[in-house]
Amino acid sequence: MSSTSNSLMDSLFQRSLEDLIKGLRLQILGESTFISKSLDEIRREIKQTDLSTKSIALQKLSYLAALHGVDMSWAAFHAVEVVSSSRFAHKRIGYHAIAQSFNDQTPVLLLITNQLRKDLNSSNEYEVSLALECLSRIGTDDLARDLTPEVFTLLGSGKAFVRKKAIGVVLRVFDKYPDAVKVCFKRLVENLESSDPQLLSAVVGVFCELTTKDPRSYLPLAPEFYKILVDSRNNWVLIKVLKIFSKLASIEPRLAKKVADPICEHMRRTVGKSLVFECVRTVVSSLSDQETALKLAVAKIREFLVEDDPNLKYLGLHALSIVAPKHLWAVLENKEAVVKALSDEDPNVKLEALHLLMAMVNEDNVSEISRILMNYALKSDPLFCNEIIGSILLACSRNSYEIIVDFDWYLSLLGEMARIPHCQKGKEIEHQLIDIGTRVKDARLELVRVSRALLIDPALLGNQFLHPILSAAAWALGEYVEFSKTPYEIAEALLQPRTCLLPPSIRAIYIHSAFKVLVFSLGAYFSAKEPTSSPLVPESTTSGFSSVNGFTYKSISSLLNMIELGLCSLSGTLDVEVQERAKNVLGFIGMIKHEIAEKVTSQDSETEASRAIAFMEDIFSEELGPVSSTAQEKIPLPEGLELKENLEDLQEICREVLEPIDDSKSTSFSPSDKISFSIAKLRIRDQQEASSSSSPEPKSAYLLAEHRKRHGLYYLSSQKSDDHNDSNGNNNNNNTLNEYPPANEISVDSFNPKKKMNQSKPRPVVVKLDEGDESKTKPDASSNDEPLSRAIQTALMGKGKEKEREKDNHERDLDSGVNEQSLRRDKKKKKNGEKRSKHRSRRRRDEEVSATKPVEIPDFLL
Amino acid sequence: MGIRFILMVNKQGQTRLAQYYEWLTLEERRALEGEIVRKCLARNDQQCSFVEHRNYKIVYRRYASLFFMVGVDDDENELAILEFIHLLVETMDKHFGNVCELDIMFHLEKAHFMLEEMVMNGCIVETSKANILSPIQLMDKAH
Repeated sequence: MSSTSNSLMDSLFQRSLEDLIKGLRLQILGESTFISKSLDEIRREIKQTDLSTKSIALQKLSYLAALHGVDMSWAAFHAVEVVSSSRFAHKRIGYHAIAQSFNDQTPVLLLITNQLRKDLNSSNEYEVSLALECLSRIGTDDLARDLTPEVFTLLGSGKAFVRKKAIGVVLRVFDKYPDAVKVCFKRLVENLESSDPQLLSAVVGVFCELTTKDPRSYLPLAPEFYKILVDSRNNWVLIKVLKIFSKLASIEPRLAKKVADPICEHMRRTVGKSLVFECVRTVVSSLSDQETALKLAVAKIREFLVEDDPNLKYLGLHALSIVAPKHLWAVLENKEAVVKALSDEDPNVKLEALHLLMAMVNEDNVSEISRILMNYALKSDPLFCNEIIGSILLACSRNSYEIIVDFDWYLSLLGEMARIPHCQKGKEIEHQLIDIGTRVKDARLELVRVSRALLIDPALLGNQFLHPILSAAAWALGEYVEFSKTPYEIAEALLQPRTCLLPPSIRAIYIHSAFKVLVFSLGAYFSAKEPTSSPLVPESTTSGFSSVNGFTYKSISSLLNMIELGLCSLSGTLDVEVQERAKNVLGFIGMIKHEIAEKVTSQDSETEASRAIAFMEDIFSEELGPVSSTAQEKIPLPEGLELKENLEDLQEICREVLEPIDDSKSTSFSPSDKISFSIAKLRIRDQQEASSSSSPEPKSAYLLAEHRKRHGLYYLSSQKSDDHNDSNGNNNNNNTLNEYPPANEISVDSFNPKKKMNQSKPRPVVVKLDEGDESKTKPDASSNDEPLSRAIQTALMGKGKEKEREKDNHERDLDSGVNEQSLRRDKKKKKNGEKRSKHRSRRRRDEEVSATKPVEIPDFLL
Repeated sequence: MGIRFILMVNKQGQTRLAQYYEWLTLEERRALEGEIVRKCLARNDQQCSFVEHRNYKIVYRRYASLFFMVGVDDDENELAILEFIHLLVETMDKHFGNVCELDIMFHLEKAHFMLEEMVMNGCIVETSKANILSPIQLMDKAH
């Protein structure tokens, strides 16, 4: 009883959407309480059987969901109920709610198939339109499949209002159910020749989207698109057609030549900036080989750049950045405008200008551009400042510092960067400092100088963003201490009190570097003593240092004392890494200290201390080389290796590996045994291969070759060049391989012969990891695998057979395809003679694939 | 897909209309709207109307107290989208007569209806004001 009266009350006094909105506007603070109260109301109302009440409740809920983030998924079934109403107003609310809230996972989705079908077949075009709109938003695989016949019928509708929406919905249907192409594609294509601007606009939009996904399939439609490009005067349509040609021309160069003229015509004629920009973008991205078109486009870009409108300025810069990689002259011509844009008000414009400047960088202007940019970085806000620093770092380090000739200059630039107040690129600078240290021998002196300047500045320790840089500087000073003139000062800087501001991990590096400095100094002290047995060792100099690296007893003991003092306080520190390193050094000092004192008196060079120091020096003198970032990946994961399993299993696995070869060995063995064993084994294999390559046993040779190919990393490089390694062009660099054992493929790039001879200073050798082979060139996701593309290609083939005119073309196309094929084969033969890298062969294979399947090319291109 | 979403937001950052052409959950929508509104509202008139955000490009324009923001794919024509926004505003002007924020608030379904006429699947399908408005006028008459 009470429930019925309640429902009557609800219906009679239901608040409309307008009431709800008014109510919401009155709430200043309690909006959320108001919303939850309204939601309670809506929940009650939506359960009413009266469709008017229900639909208004749904309408209110949709409103709250769209603008106030209220969940409405619970009302999915009610939306289906409302849609089934016969009144248009209800239907509209229902469809809107469905479009807004349904997704592929909505459980009641299946319930609307029939309703949609009914409305698609309705005689009321507005109901049809609602259903189409809804399908375009929520269409699933099932819906698309089930409703394809209706969409097909509507594509032929006499009412443009319906037909254009049916065209719009096709995109979703094709996407979800590619087989719909068989049914609908022909009617869709026919609309390309429609004289109705509404239909044309809709269908061109659809093809624009389709072409973006898979240009190759739509090449045969180029004549239709071309006609629209020439005839249409509707900017919206033209922009879409240009987009289509931009995609098509990039895969079919002959098209570029054909469309260049009409595009230029549009550029000259039109006043609409959006169309001009689209023409410019099409030219710079796809037709940049067409000289006249490109010149005209660049002229238009210049017009954009000098405008006051920030939008045009931004787009002009953007267009330049597209053209920059292939035609740098276009950017250079506009250099002033680009540099000026660096100080623009708009961060987006500034960023675009920065990218362009970086595109211009080469080895001749890198220092000039960097200088300009560093000035801007000092003046800019933190965000842009770091953007600038990041760009410089990126551009300069690209391809193993390709554009850097003067590393001394670059290192001092890195040092300057560290001192820019907003600099937050510590990590990257750290990486480059160490990287240059390991790669470029000739730059180490400057590296030490720059590092020293950073390290002795106590102010820098306060900025945590600089800590990574300081850690690199500390490492460099320890590693390359032999280039330093003042080891004492460096040790002092490494142990200065303000290092307590550093995180423990970096402090540990500081201590370790101090250790290296100490060992180096002691080594120098001892080696200096040995040959000069003359009593003329000058101990009288005030500084304590006799010569550059000459140490006197006094200086060495003051160094020892200073380090000892500095580390004493650290031996009790909480961080274990710091503590351990400090204790190591202190222990070492303790061991040698008194012997050094003895050494002054005794002339015996073979003391325990000198041996210990010689030993430490040996350890530290081993040079660290760069390691390829992919070195680890090259080691194949052994079969059956279970990284997460309990390690006890390892015992068993190892035994399994060992047993067949080494029966005598006991079950327990140390890891080093295993390593030496495997190296020995590999050596044997290597020799075997060397011998078998001459022996006439093809199968084993093949197997060995396979093995070598797979596990090349484990093979020691043999001086004897064999065919299997040739393909990498590696055997020229075998001497380098020996020099840097950790990485597999290292080559030293020699001086670039292209470089100008008048350079004051030759570019130092940069150790480069040959990473070219590693960049996995994924074969282009072949469009043929896509069901949609396949369907469309089939449909277009069918189209060719249907019409007589096009049949002719088709045959001619096939001919041209054959010609092309044979042409390519010729090229291929030539290439075979060269036989260079894996890359090429892979590319050749791709070409073969495309050659065997000729693309249908419309006759007007030929 | 061209247009990914259309937002209308007032100066205070309140969303007045939100139309998405791809499925996003409520949380994703709210986060996205918040980020975009913050970005766009912080900009001034001397700055360009394009903002890159996540994988979208936002093209926006301010009319009186209302910001129109359209999220598009990267290769969409920015100037054409600005024209589209202008067309939308003109269409609403024509219908409401000097459209204001309140018109959109109280006639949200009409604004959506206009958008549905103009955009389908993220493609702009209709650019004639008369064509866009004719179904709405019919509906108004029916009431």
